[in-house]
Amino acid sequence: MPQPILTVDRLEKTYEGGFRALDAVSLDIHAGEILALLGPNGAGKTTLISAICGLVQPTGGKVTVGGHDTVTAYRAARSLIGLVPQEINLEPFEKVINTVRFSRGLFGKPRDDAFLEKILRQLSLWEKRDQPIRSLSGGMKRRVLIAKALSHEPRVLFLDEPSAGVDVELRRDMWEVVRQLKEDGVTIILTTHYIEEAEAMADRIAVINGGRILLVEEKAALMRRMGRKEMRIELREPVARIPAALEDFGLTLDGTGARLTYGYDTRADRTGIVRLLTALQEAGLQVADVETKQSSLEEIFVGLVKEGAEA
Amino acid sequence: MNLTAIAAIYRFEMARTFRTLAQSVISPVLSTSLYFIVFGTAIGSRIDQVEGVSYGAFIVPGLIMLTVLTQSISNASFGIYFPKFIGTVYELLSAPASFLEITAGYVLAAATKALAIGLIILGTAFFFVDLQILHPVWMLTFLVLTCLSFSLFGFIIGIWAQNFEQLQLVPLLAVTPLVFLGGAFYSISMLPAGWQAVSLFNPVVYLVSGFRWSFFGTADVALGWSILAICGFLVACLAAIGWIFRTGWRLRP
Repeated sequence: MPQPILTVDRLEKTYEGGFRALDAVSLDIHAGEILALLGPNGAGKTTLISAICGLVQPTGGKVTVGGHDTVTAYRAARSLIGLVPQEINLEPFEKVINTVRFSRGLFGKPRDDAFLEKILRQLSLWEKRDQPIRSLSGGMKRRVLIAKALSHEPRVLFLDEPSAGVDVELRRDMWEVVRQLKEDGVTIILTTHYIEEAEAMADRIAVINGGRILLVEEKAALMRRMGRKEMRIELREPVARIPAALEDFGLTLDGTGARLTYGYDTRADRTGIVRLLTALQEAGLQVADVETKQSSLEEIFVGLVKEGAEA
Repeated sequence: MNLTAIAAIYRFEMARTFRTLAQSVISPVLSTSLYFIVFGTAIGSRIDQVEGVSYGAFIVPGLIMLTVLTQSISNASFGIYFPKFIGTVYELLSAPASFLEITAGYVLAAATKALAIGLIILGTAFFFVDLQILHPVWMLTFLVLTCLSFSLFGFIIGIWAQNFEQLQLVPLLAVTPLVFLGGAFYSISMLPAGWQAVSLFNPVVYLVSGFRWSFFGTADVALGWSILAICGFLVACLAAIGWIFRTGWRLRP
């Protein structure tokens, strides 16, 4: 495993009112990976990013970027970080090129118009460089935010809800931009509350809720857990127990004896549904109704919290 | 020292000035010219000389101070309040720049603009009155120190303000009365003794007095007190900004 480029060690943030937004968060991020920070609204995603980037003062713990402490060696640490905020925070009257130039200068980098041209072209902004920001569409404004963050050549890029309030087409567009950045060797941490988004882009996924990291896993493994669905089978006639022929399916029978529940993985090669329905028929059980249900993100989080508590 | 960051902020702020040139420069010049016409020419022609200087010329240093103070405060307070208001402050807070560097960028830009307007008004004054400047170096020193210290003060107001009303509140309710009562249009020696004593608690009296001395060689208070007052105010503002940036007050929760 390569040396982590970013280490978060027991990071805490308790606001003056006593609200604990980050609760001993620890996380290692490896160079060149895309990590998705997945969690419902208010989980602490933005606070975590803000505490790493210097927008919020942590009340405990420590963060290092490229080996530099973000408090004691903040210049060295922050010069490695680019931040794309969730809100479209841009000066409306400024020209695209000037705001990008400003960002580069603010981070102490000498003027390099050729480099900025490369970034603006990559983000399809070059033709709009002399336009005031207020004349751009929402999607273009988001690209300007990315251009500003990239203008100072960061090694770690934070994307806070990159596709919030963006239509489907533009979201896929944004994913493509992120993939290109990864190819260029930028480490990316993105927050999202869409499982789909994490799935489309991330190498690893960290789930955060209530200011705590519930788990950090390779995407493939997590998706298997998150891809589970339930099928509820209503029987015409209640049964006393599950017939022996159906034991292999891991069914559960509810108290009335009229409903069987079958759990399966939508991403598996075989879901076993057809086999189960055939087996039901062969066992002489008549099916009245079938209903399938995917666990909502909230339910998955509840499940993860429970697992965390039991572990 | 991230000098590039200071330069970037400075350039960005100055670009705003040039983008809004009419509002930034023409408007203060116009309003000051109106003062010259109303106070200097219309009313001033009925007033005797003040301390050996024609009234029209006498009010020039006060008028310049009035504009420079309000311009310094409004430029610097808006400069830092606007990024807070539209959210672009995130970039300043996440940049590898110290608070000192960020302040320097905004304050130098605000002070430059205020200084330029002060000098333009001085130039305009020559069209209206006969004017002499006895101590030009001191005049410039006072002007620069005033621009810097009141831009720092404005920067503090910009950080403090949580809405546009608060942003206007201090300049409107404190600074304008202090300048008008600070001898911009009169010598405090023209006041009854009691009010003279009260005036000595007004910091602007020391600024206007010192500045006027650099023009005409006469002052309401000793020059040393004027220099001490302006330097003291500068140090107090620097200390306040140092504290704000150490604690992250109103910037970094």
